Amino acid sequence: MLQAVGVADTADLFVDVPAAKRFPTLNLPAPLSEPELVRELLALSGQNANAHSHTIFLGAGAYNHFVPAAVDQILRRGEFYTAYTPYQPEISQGTLQSIFEYQSLITSLTGMEIANASHYDGATALAEAAIMALNVVRGRRKIVVARNVNPQYRAVLRTYLQALDVTITGDETPGTGVAEALAQVDDQTALVILQSPDFMGQIHDLRGVAEQVQAQGALLCLHFDPIALGLFQTPGQVGADIATAEGQPLGIGLNFGGPYLGIFTTKQKHVHKIAGRIVGITKDVDGQLAYVLTLRAREQDIRRERATSNICTNQALMALASTVYMSLMGKQGMRRVAELCYHRAHYAAAEIAKLPGYRVITPGTFFKEFAVALPRPAAEINAALRSQGIIGGYDLASDEPQLGNAMLLAVTEMTSKADIDRLVGVLGGM
Amino acid sequence: MNTYEPHIYELSTPGKHGASLPMLDVPESTLPADLLRQDGLADFPELTEPEVVRHYTRISQRNYSVDTGYYPLGSCTMKWNPKLNEEAARMAGFAAAHPLQDAADAQGALQLIYELQEYLGEIAGFPAVSLQPAAGAHGEFAGILVFRAYHLDRGDHDRVEVLVPTSAHGTNPATAAMTGLKVVEVKGDARGNVDLDDLRAKVSPRTAGMMLTNPNTLGLFDEQIVEICEIVHSVGGLMYGDGANFNAILGIAKPGELGFDFMHYNLHKTFSTPHGGGGPGSGAVGCSAALAPFLPGPVVVKNADGSYALANPEKAIGRMKAFHGNFGMLVRAWTYIRTLGAAGLREVSEMAVLNANYVRVKLKDVYPQAIDRICMHESVLKGQIAGAPKDVRTLDIAKRLIDYGFHPPTIYFPLIVSEALMIEPTETESKQTLDVFIDTMLQIAREAVETPELLHAAPTTAPVRRVDEVRAARQPILRYDREAIARVRSE
Repeated sequence: MLQAVGVADTADLFVDVPAAKRFPTLNLPAPLSEPELVRELLALSGQNANAHSHTIFLGAGAYNHFVPAAVDQILRRGEFYTAYTPYQPEISQGTLQSIFEYQSLITSLTGMEIANASHYDGATALAEAAIMALNVVRGRRKIVVARNVNPQYRAVLRTYLQALDVTITGDETPGTGVAEALAQVDDQTALVILQSPDFMGQIHDLRGVAEQVQAQGALLCLHFDPIALGLFQTPGQVGADIATAEGQPLGIGLNFGGPYLGIFTTKQKHVHKIAGRIVGITKDVDGQLAYVLTLRAREQDIRRERATSNICTNQALMALASTVYMSLMGKQGMRRVAELCYHRAHYAAAEIAKLPGYRVITPGTFFKEFAVALPRPAAEINAALRSQGIIGGYDLASDEPQLGNAMLLAVTEMTSKADIDRLVGVLGGM
Repeated sequence: MNTYEPHIYELSTPGKHGASLPMLDVPESTLPADLLRQDGLADFPELTEPEVVRHYTRISQRNYSVDTGYYPLGSCTMKWNPKLNEEAARMAGFAAAHPLQDAADAQGALQLIYELQEYLGEIAGFPAVSLQPAAGAHGEFAGILVFRAYHLDRGDHDRVEVLVPTSAHGTNPATAAMTGLKVVEVKGDARGNVDLDDLRAKVSPRTAGMMLTNPNTLGLFDEQIVEICEIVHSVGGLMYGDGANFNAILGIAKPGELGFDFMHYNLHKTFSTPHGGGGPGSGAVGCSAALAPFLPGPVVVKNADGSYALANPEKAIGRMKAFHGNFGMLVRAWTYIRTLGAAGLREVSEMAVLNANYVRVKLKDVYPQAIDRICMHESVLKGQIAGAPKDVRTLDIAKRLIDYGFHPPTIYFPLIVSEALMIEPTETESKQTLDVFIDTMLQIAREAVETPELLHAAPTTAPVRRVDEVRAARQPILRYDREAIARVRSE
């Protein structure tokens, strides 16, 4: 091969690299064989408590839901996970059909009109919603976000918008929520961002809210929990203009924070303003139905600096995971998972509320997660739980210090009555 | 195997389900009737596990993939995805660990992140790395936000322009726009390098920085890279390295030593994590000491006692996403680097570049090379075959390759080359595979002259033939709609 190329040595292929900088030393560990590496990996993996080895009540944006075995079996198919982005539709019908089915299932679940092919995660889907709203509602530069939207999502929103001339407001005051955010809406507001169930787990009655926001010329973005939609009112029912979610609960493991799935939905009339890929239906030259990436003139590789976003790579394989999950669950399963979460979470809350010194402080109706006021600092309680093989709740001390000693507890269809009783036993002994 | 597979909704039968769930073991609580959904998920499908698995297995067979064939796909480094990586990412301590669990309960995961930060920093010559960004474009966004924050922190408020070569990836100008900066295009010269005179004319006190891919999108290493960095630095601008083509220079050159201030790594290109049909990826970023305080957080630090912890850089631009990046991809990239070591990584680039040049010299007499030079990991040729009718386009050549069992190369990119055909063999293909590919390309060139109708008709062996993209966009059907789909069928 060297001869064919006309060089004596592979080093000669790199003469364009400045000689003084060529072939630097890389100071890296020596290579390992597969069995040696498996041993090292198991040693690292073995140091992490996890939802298989422990009972877990930690949520706050990532949840231990059931992942049917068939989901990973499909994800392991090389035809899916080693495929490239489906730019060549003739040989990418598998990926394209799975994305089209994802878009179909997500619109059925949410009652929204269209869904794109995914964002990086729920937080970035929400941030892209804000950018879209600024492009739809021209001339307005204010985004109102409620305090009870997940604090990490609010942080990502601020990262994304920091270089644009935009004011983000509504979430300054601890302990406030939907009503206080809505009071901030004015004729400069492009978008209102609400979350339900919110960060504290509360489900809000949002009937009439969309109309109220829209009457002032702004859009409403509702961030939802896809599992809650097995039971509760949909963003479509509420009349949201945009609805986003973290799709991790739909068949995706905890993965120490990623890869997850950013769900993005909106109304048909905004289709030319959305970011990211979207799949449509057409025919081939023989008249056969075919799937294809469509409305591509929005995207960076075609529109460059006038694109709706710079997003290219997304979370296609995670969208496939959620598609297989929703197909397996079906109409009955989606509802049953939501019921199990709801009833078990309410059982846990009722049992904890009986303990002296503990109080459920999520106001109104909650779904699978709720906040509890504690008799001692959350860190002490979590340490006691940990000694009993339980990963405890999310310590609210840094996000909402005005609550005093408090934590969020998440209960899912994976949490049995026995798990809850064990939790209550440890809490009662504190 | 290539027959049409119905939509999942068309396979539904009322009353079926495909998942096994626990019985309710606690008393039922009252549901708030006025907050419930009204439709009972009426249009959700109902299938059994075998029906679901067969459906997705069948549609998977309508895909091309690295596991089934060869992708000479320029710009995207479709190398082999080692199977050990997949097992590693699925180990319970990685796959079932919660991102918010106590650091003391996650030392193995944090150690892996810390070590990958160190490895990536060493490989590219940067003292600081953040693994937060989820994809290359996300890393670019982080980088330009860091540039902006750095300038503002120094009281430098007038840097509103980003220089981008005309040959750049579309994500570069799109990123600049997301950060409110103006794109200024810089021309290339006759050798495919940045035109230094044009660059000198365009840098100014308004320059926030320059985004550059090196090797560039012509597959050429810009020999003047040190001068380019000096010119941009001389006006106070910063150099952004787009790492899409990093596969060419592992152990060959360190971008940090060439003069780059910041770079994103595409772990799903260079470091073998799979493309997943479009994602997930990982767009880790590295930078100089001067920019390190602005990196997105959290990053992992090592404490004096040897334990690992999450920390935010002092002047961080914020977080790019929830939690700590696409961790599952980080496990795969860590495993890849530990499999190869320093010598193995250099060999990756040597073989990638040798393979690319072998294909180039075997094809360039028939498919003219855009700029006749030794290339790096990929080469840009032109689908302009002597003696072929004018209406034989690069698209036709690409589609004909499908009939011969290959994924087409990247076509019509970079935009500055007419009829571009960008071929990146990668290091994981054998000479035998390359020879079959070369023979096929030469066969297609003969067909282009003798039987061009074969190219216009291609592909004929794929699950579907050429599709009507205009119809898809003009009457968009973006979700299952029985009537609309029936209309498309009957037209």
